[in-house]
Parts: sequence; C-alpha cells; structure tokens
Amino acid sequence: MTDRPIKVLIAKPGLDGHDRGAKVLARGLRDEGFEVVYTGLRQTPEMVATAALQEDVDIVGLSILSGAHMTLVPRICQLLKAEGLADVLVTVGGIIPDDDVPALQAAGVSAVFGPGTTIAEVAGYLRANARPRE
Amino acid sequence: MRSPAGVAAELCSTALAGDRRSLAKLLTAVENRTPVAEAALRTLYPLAGRAHLLGITGPPGAGKSTLVAALVGELRSAGRTVAVVAVDPSSPITGGAILGDRVRMQAYAGDRDVFIRSMAARGHAGGLASTTGAACAVLDAVGFEIVMIETVGTGQSEVEVAAAADTTVVLEAPEMGDEVQAIKAGLLEVADLVVVNKGDRPGAQRAASQLRAMLGGGRGGLHGPPVMITTAATGAGVPELLVAIDRRRAEGALRDDGAARLARAEAEVRGALADRIGRRLDEAGSATAREAAVRDVAAHRIDPYTAADELLAGLVGVEAGSRR
Repeated sequence: MTDRPIKVLIAKPGLDGHDRGAKVLARGLRDEGFEVVYTGLRQTPEMVATAALQEDVDIVGLSILSGAHMTLVPRICQLLKAEGLADVLVTVGGIIPDDDVPALQAAGVSAVFGPGTTIAEVAGYLRANARPRE
Repeated sequence: MRSPAGVAAELCSTALAGDRRSLAKLLTAVENRTPVAEAALRTLYPLAGRAHLLGITGPPGAGKSTLVAALVGELRSAGRTVAVVAVDPSSPITGGAILGDRVRMQAYAGDRDVFIRSMAARGHAGGLASTTGAACAVLDAVGFEIVMIETVGTGQSEVEVAAAADTTVVLEAPEMGDEVQAIKAGLLEVADLVVVNKGDRPGAQRAASQLRAMLGGGRGGLHGPPVMITTAATGAGVPELLVAIDRRRAEGALRDDGAARLARAEAEVRGALADRIGRRLDEAGSATAREAAVRDVAAHRIDPYTAADELLAGLVGVEAGSRR
C-alpha cells in the first residue's frame, strides 16, 4: 500500500537540556498525518541507530541545540549506514551554523532546518524526499 | 520488481537467521498488511507458538511503559530474550500518531536480545492495532522467549489484549477509584494478575486491599487474581511480579489452556475475515456499490442491516464468479 503513514523518528542526541522544539515538531508532524516515534532526551548515537533499525522508520529527524552536531551527526549517519539503513532520510534541526551545513551534507544529511522553519515546510520536504516505500 | 513471495522468502530466511533489519521490515509489512506479509506469515506462523505472550494493559499514565522497561531489565539479567510491541493511539482526524513508549525503554541499545517495536493503532478500537497479533507471531517465530504487548492507555472495556496474550497483567495506579470501580465489568475481569503500580504513593496499599477484597469469587476463583504492588520506576516489586508471571505460565502449561488458544485463534480468524471483507469493499467494482449503499442509509431509504446484506451478497457473488 502506498498510502500508509510515513514513519519518522524524532530523536535528541547529546546533552541538550530541553526538548520543547522537538516535541512541538513531533506534535506538528502527527497533525500532518505522520507516525512519529519520539524517544526523548539524551540519546546516544547507538540508541538512535537502534531505534531507527527496530522501528524501520523512513526518516530520522535529529534535533540538536548544544553545538555538538559536528560530532554526533556524522557518527549517527555512520552507524545507520553500518546497520544497512543508508536509504533512510536524515534531517537535522536546531541551532546549526550555515558554515557547518556542507560538512553535514557530506556526512549523509539530506536537509538542515533552522529556526523559523514552519511545520508545513518540514512536512512537505519529508513527503517529497522520504525513501520510496514498499 | 520481485514477487511478494520471493521478497517474503528472503526476509524470512534472514530474519530467522537473526538479522534484525529483516525482522523490522517484516513487521512493517505486517503492519501495512501487504502481500509480502501474507506470504511471510504462511512461513512463520507454523514456527510460532513457543513464546510466552505477555499483555500489559491499564489506563494512561499508570506506568505501563516504565513497568515494561523494568521487566525487560529483569528478564535480561536472567539471560532471557524479550521483544516488546508497544501500541499507541492514532489520530482519528489525520491518521498521525505519537509513538512515545520508547522514551522509557532506552537502556537496551546494542543488546540484540531485546527488540522493541512501536505500533500505531491505526483506528482499531480494542486497545491494540488490528495487526498486533500477527506482529507477535513474527517475533515469536524468530525465537524471542517472551513477547510483551503493551496496549494503548485503556479505559474500562479495551479487553482485546486478553485474547492476544497468554497472560494479561492489568495495571492500576493508586487513587484511581473506589470499590465500585473494582467490581465494574470489563478490564479487571480479564486480568490474570493485577498490579497496583506507583507503590510508593500514598494509597497504594489501600488500593491493593480494596482490589483483593472485591475481585475474589469470580472466574479467577475464590480469591480472584493475585494483586501485587510494584514501583516500576525504582524496580521495587518487579522481581516478585516476574516470578508470578512465570508461575502463571507454568500453571497454564499444566492445565492445558487449549480453550484460551482456541479463543485466540478464533479472534485471529475473525479479524482476518473482517479485514478481507473490508478490503473487498474498497476494491474497484465494490466501491461504487458501497458508496451507493452508504448514501441510501444516510438518506434513510434503507436500513444498515439490509445494506450490509446486499453488499455481502454482492461480494460472495464476485468471489463465486472469480472461482469459476
């Protein structure tokens, strides 16, 4: 069936102190018809990869405010590839300096969403770019 | 484009060999009720039936996910393998869902003998998704010793888990109601074990005594189901609960729980039948007749039973025709 909901993991890797933004996004994507697996704060890259594998998600959305994205994101992308999940779309949201975006994209990130991005923009991007589903 | 049977055969053989990604893909196919899933279940269903299917149910916020996580920890320290199917509700408006049960179950990344899968109920009303039973059969077939089924947060009558599980644990929290709540029909009647969680809160002992007093004398026997107290967040009472769960399993094996298995099989067959009929109605050809019937009922030209009979007669005709 092609009309089943898109499944997305919203994860907060690292040591961020709050997850308001991630929860608002999770709720917003729910309202856009996505099935959103939400895993909470302080995830290790291994936890994110395990959750993505077991849940067979179409998309991994990482929310990072702490500035540790250049360490965490490439590690997560590497683990996803090692698990055979290279076809899963990876996006990043949070506070990401423009200068870091090319390096993240080289690591395997498809899109980076900064402050001010609307839920509708994110949902539209995810619908257009999630892997073709079986 | 490979055939569904070919895809299923490959996924089954790798999943049975221990590949977790293939297992995850099979579960997705089952959730989406694809032809791959049907082909895979033909292979896997005969291999299932060995796991202990353990249902965990109770109202929202009673601590189901926390208790499941604590039980997983207890099982893993005993070297037992465990899978969890955690169901959360789907939006009746958009079909979207927040699957949040993993928040409490994060300590097991990297442990391949724990497999946790979230499922959206997708409009099914009994506390589970319509495909939860099939998902459990897949996890059972690939060899998990215990498969826990965590329901959506339930009200009083979402009792489907009792048919899907070998053992049903009903969770209550302190201060959830009085003795009259305890004798109402529904969820508490299907409990094999009743657990008052948040045992460190005031009122836990009192709630447990009230439940013990009121649940005896029914189908659970003179004394009713055991009522235990846990504090899942600290782990207090969880080892004792697991002992009670295992005892229940051992007793079930002794007293030939054939009736329970038949009831589960019947629920599965009826579910599959309802699903098949629903799909036929959505197929081209039937959809027009269905829409016409729905319009007639909405306008009160015919009643719903007549409409259903007519649609069913049409489906049987289509089926008989296709067989010739």
